[in-house]
Amino acid sequence: MIAGAFFYLFATILVISALVVIVSRNPVHSVLFLILCFFNAAALFVMMGAELLGMLLLIVYVGAVAVLFLFVVMMLDIDVAGLRRGIKQYMIVGGAVGVVVLLELFIVLGGWVISPEAAGNARAPAPADVSNTVALGRILYTQYVYFFQAAGMILLVAMVGAIVLTLQHRKDVKRQNIPDQIARRRDQAAELKDVKPGQGI
Amino acid sequence: MLEFFWTWIWPPLLIAIHSLAVLVVLLVLLAFLLYADRKIWAAVQLRRGPNVVGPWGVFQSFADMLKFVFKEVVIPAGSNKGIYILAPMVTAVLAMSSWAVIPAAEGWAVANLNVGILYIFAISSLEVYGIILGGWASNNKYAFLGALRSAAQMVSYEVSIGFIIVTVLLCAGSLNLTEIVLAQKSSYGLLGWYWLPLFPMFVMFFISGLAETNRPPFDLPEAESELVAGFMTEYGSTPYLLFMLGEYVAILLMSAMTTILFLGGWLPPLDIAPFNWLPGVFWFLLKFCAVFFMFAMVKAFVPRYRYDQLMRLGWKVFLPISLAMVVIVAGVLVGFGWAP
Repeated sequence: MIAGAFFYLFATILVISALVVIVSRNPVHSVLFLILCFFNAAALFVMMGAELLGMLLLIVYVGAVAVLFLFVVMMLDIDVAGLRRGIKQYMIVGGAVGVVVLLELFIVLGGWVISPEAAGNARAPAPADVSNTVALGRILYTQYVYFFQAAGMILLVAMVGAIVLTLQHRKDVKRQNIPDQIARRRDQAAELKDVKPGQGI
Repeated sequence: MLEFFWTWIWPPLLIAIHSLAVLVVLLVLLAFLLYADRKIWAAVQLRRGPNVVGPWGVFQSFADMLKFVFKEVVIPAGSNKGIYILAPMVTAVLAMSSWAVIPAAEGWAVANLNVGILYIFAISSLEVYGIILGGWASNNKYAFLGALRSAAQMVSYEVSIGFIIVTVLLCAGSLNLTEIVLAQKSSYGLLGWYWLPLFPMFVMFFISGLAETNRPPFDLPEAESELVAGFMTEYGSTPYLLFMLGEYVAILLMSAMTTILFLGGWLPPLDIAPFNWLPGVFWFLLKFCAVFFMFAMVKAFVPRYRYDQLMRLGWKVFLPISLAMVVIVAGVLVGFGWAP
């Protein structure tokens, strides 16, 4: 009963804050409600016994992704009225995507209700004897190791691509080169001059 | 009725009492460590430091706290008021909430989580929000620049802290902080704690801890010669107190984490007669204070980094070394069959 009460508490806050994300006028407030949304999703994960996923959601989405969102939103000079004007065009596309996702969820979850044996088709049911961190590690690094490596490669390529696209070497900026500084010796830097009286160098 | 009390009311009440005890001890400890920090700093600079309030000035922190609390809260007219008030609270609450999983002695943690270290990592990666929000909501150039610097710095050093923690986890074979301490228990005593086998990681963790908590020499977010007081420029009285509290509690957390991950937590240095008579919490506090002393000394005698050097250190030095060490440690553990 208590678990149910907490589930409805977190789920309600999650849905309401998700709604506020799209209706809020200030983009910074939107990002903050998105963070609240993530928090409640993490709480739901923890309630289902998937504490590793909950913590990873917090570390990756709240600790890294949302920080970048917040960065971008704070530094952009956003024209809120302009955004409002276009809302009708986007509403159709967004609504269509939302309906498709909802229908797919109905099919998947409804399938479990109609034929409960379909849920047993999951490739790796959660083992009862170990914590979910161990279970996830076992699956990820044995059965799905190639997919895991492939995902890592894709992320690496994406990262290299992003750096290549934005990297520019400015010639007019003096940069510190620490190996050069360390390799410098006295004879390269200083010179003894014999200065005659009454003359410059 | 009595049964109802014992099953439904008592367990949450017990957790609340336990949490309150941890917070009270933490805050009282913080007051004296703050005084110690200032005294050490003063001693290095041949000054007296705080010496007026109470014998040798030990009650200085309490006087400061009262001063902050009784001042008027000034909210700048151009600020975003809700977020301006929220930011210091976020900093203080997050910093204190991570103490829920710290075991000061065996079985003393309020919550003995299976994923304790991930919880701490998650909470400490959230601490950046207090700073960004405070800097942005103040509607002040210096505050915003300080917030941006701080966010970039914390995000950068979290990456290497993550990898350093991974090497410790590989050796300990658990994400639970109590298990990590128990895994360091060996017949070698203090030589078996992870500071010796993982010595490079120990040093890097300490330096990353300084950067993560914006301590000198990495206190660029509040570099007064460049940015006034950084993200705290517009803050005064109680909101400022909360920021400072959050920052210092985060520093204490870093000291506690160093103690648990590398210095054997509550384990005595040698498991023989005079040492293991003392309770575990004594050893924990001793190691914790020693690490905090190092934090204070670094503040006193290392000059401030330049911002590009700070970023270089994080991304070009610490990240490759810690990444390589993860591979090396994993290889050695598997190669010699030492993996838990």
